[in-house]
Amino acid sequence: MALAYAPSLETTPVRIAPKYDHFIGGKWVPSAGGATFATVNPATEEELAQVAVGTAEDVDRAVAAARKAYEKYWRPMRPADRAKYVYRIARAITERSRELAVLETKDGGKPIKESRDFDVVQAAAHFFYYAGWADKLRYALHGTIDPEPVGVVGSIIPWNFPLLMAAWKIAPALACGNTIVLKPAETTPLTALLLAEICEEADLPPGVVNVVTGDGRTGAALVAHPDVDKIAFTGSTEVGKIIQKTIAGTRKRVTLELGGKAANIVFADAPLDQAIEGVVNGIYFNQGHVCCAGSRLLVQESVHDEVVAKLKARIETLRLGDPLDKNTDIGAINSAAQHAKIGELVESGVAEGAVLHQQSCALPERGWFHRASFFTGVAQSHRIAREEIFGPVLSIMTFRTADEAIEKANNTPYGLSAGVWTDKGAKSMYVAQRLQAGVVWCSTFNQFDPSSPFGGYRESGFGREGGVAGLRPYLRG
Amino acid sequence: MPLLLSAGSPTVDAVMLEARAAGFAKRSIKNEAKLAAIDLAIRCIDLTTLEGRDSPGRVRSLCAKAAFPAPGAPRVAAVCVYPNLVAVAKDALRGTGVKVASVATAFPSGLSSLDVKLRDTEAALESGADEIDMVIDRGAFLAGDEQHVFDEISAVKKLCGPIHLKAILETGELGSYDATRRASDLALEAGADVIKTSTGKIGTSATLPTALVMAEALRDFAHRTGERRGLKVAGGVRNTKTAIAYLVLIDETLGGDWLTPDLFRIGASALLDDLLLQREKLATGRYGSLDYIAKD
Repeated sequence: MALAYAPSLETTPVRIAPKYDHFIGGKWVPSAGGATFATVNPATEEELAQVAVGTAEDVDRAVAAARKAYEKYWRPMRPADRAKYVYRIARAITERSRELAVLETKDGGKPIKESRDFDVVQAAAHFFYYAGWADKLRYALHGTIDPEPVGVVGSIIPWNFPLLMAAWKIAPALACGNTIVLKPAETTPLTALLLAEICEEADLPPGVVNVVTGDGRTGAALVAHPDVDKIAFTGSTEVGKIIQKTIAGTRKRVTLELGGKAANIVFADAPLDQAIEGVVNGIYFNQGHVCCAGSRLLVQESVHDEVVAKLKARIETLRLGDPLDKNTDIGAINSAAQHAKIGELVESGVAEGAVLHQQSCALPERGWFHRASFFTGVAQSHRIAREEIFGPVLSIMTFRTADEAIEKANNTPYGLSAGVWTDKGAKSMYVAQRLQAGVVWCSTFNQFDPSSPFGGYRESGFGREGGVAGLRPYLRG
Repeated sequence: MPLLLSAGSPTVDAVMLEARAAGFAKRSIKNEAKLAAIDLAIRCIDLTTLEGRDSPGRVRSLCAKAAFPAPGAPRVAAVCVYPNLVAVAKDALRGTGVKVASVATAFPSGLSSLDVKLRDTEAALESGADEIDMVIDRGAFLAGDEQHVFDEISAVKKLCGPIHLKAILETGELGSYDATRRASDLALEAGADVIKTSTGKIGTSATLPTALVMAEALRDFAHRTGERRGLKVAGGVRNTKTAIAYLVLIDETLGGDWLTPDLFRIGASALLDDLLLQREKLATGRYGSLDYIAKD
């Protein structure tokens, strides 16, 4: 008899307004153009709210508000007092954690288990961590005087970890004495707007945090705005390149956290059952909508069949369905466009000759869902081995020696993360030192902590977020 | 020792093992699924009393509860006692379908000669035990004498014949997950029908990660031989939530086929009361009081 899992829905009520304005200079202001767009629950395809479309005029107002707040309130404030505000935001996130988690899940499709236990928890942790730095910045750089902030930060964030990415940008920016204009992703603006509400309730001086919603055009206006001192972007490599071109020749600083095609390397001597857990977490966490996802599995040839058999069995235990169900492991794909993109890449994998394996569960009738999938018989030349799929699709390849694994792992334009699974410490270090990736996880995957820096090599971007290193992009000197 | 064992056992890494185990406890089993899980847990219990002061009266009282825990509730799988009390339990449980399990082999330390251990087992069998819970020699295991551990289990199994043999690994004394995996493989290859986590006599009893290591050994053994063997978690399973986490662990590691009293047991005493309390709560919508649960 199999154990039945009755639906176990998270029922914490969350208030969603029919329409949202921008948060500029401490006030909620409608779009200058008056236009709005719909944000949709990807698990039901139902509209959640209408959200203001940010125009160049809106961006200009927000940057002006941020500049004013920078000069008038935030920069002159005693660092210890700035810390109090950042701590206050951290506490408010903790207090409203369940509400934030439900909203994140409704707007983005990720399982409540993840938004509850990862996104919101990490977001609060980031504010707590950077609040502590606010009055200790002289120790962050190698000087004895307090370093200066950069000024007004323009930040554009993606839809895969909407609240957490907002936290990654706002927390260090504020702690260092900067003010910020945040542009959340088009498909997931709601938690950033709730965070703006939290800033308002925390009595943050007006204009220190501004949120302008919209699409790519809004982001482009923010990047191009002459009074922005620094751009902090997390998103696709494609857009990252456009941003770099746009700001070339200006005074603007930039940090880019872009795409990835990480290799998870499993040696024959690895504890295979635990490696499988790392592989599953690496590619199926957040439906694979993770820039540091372990989307390429490099497995030593001698254990290939065993690993494939174990993975096949393991994905059958993943529960796909309503993201608000506490037992759901695989939620909804974030948008129809992303769903189509994943489908197209999976088709290319089949067409190019790789073998597709999927969990056998039924898909919900409504919403955008994709079964946990992996390909065997993948060649380095296949599109599914080279392009970022950003979905729950893993490409499995084999290697014979450590050096071959390193060569294959590095054979990509990206370099954000990697995983190494072996029972031998020396081998783990040998491989880790030779992988061109910003973070290498040994015998684990997707471990995050505010004190640990995160960022890319090569076309995965530059600059680090988290830890002491994460302060540097927000400070002069 | 069989060839398979000389090749060594798979290693285990604590970080992802514990992460996976924590995931089982996060499953949310509610309403009708919870009621089914509670009844399943009751059916899998080895209701246990292993104290120096155990008397015939105490054992008879426990047996009555094992057979009829509460109106409408299923009976437990077995009652687990010391060898001296097997006859009492056997007599008390006649016709109820509840089995009598006896600890043996110089329980709980296992530090005695093989002759004494076999005689101990024989006495339990002569008194009518349906199942034997033996302890492995942890001292020999930790000293590296795996052959000794293997031979002892083989010898006890030979004596037991068709009688179910549970090998208690006492994982809390083994020091690592690697050792737990190795001891599991040894016990299975030596013929144990069930591998069991603990005696319940030391500080560290069953834990989810330990049970997961053992379940993986069982899964791999079944894969290799086509034969299903069982798991018993003992000690530390005191409430419904923990018991259900173990059922989830079995379900997601070994599959639903393992969710029967033949292949999964929980050695416990206080757990039954909490299961009955939760069962009552689901039936009435109100939390009851332990005052209404028969103490035994």
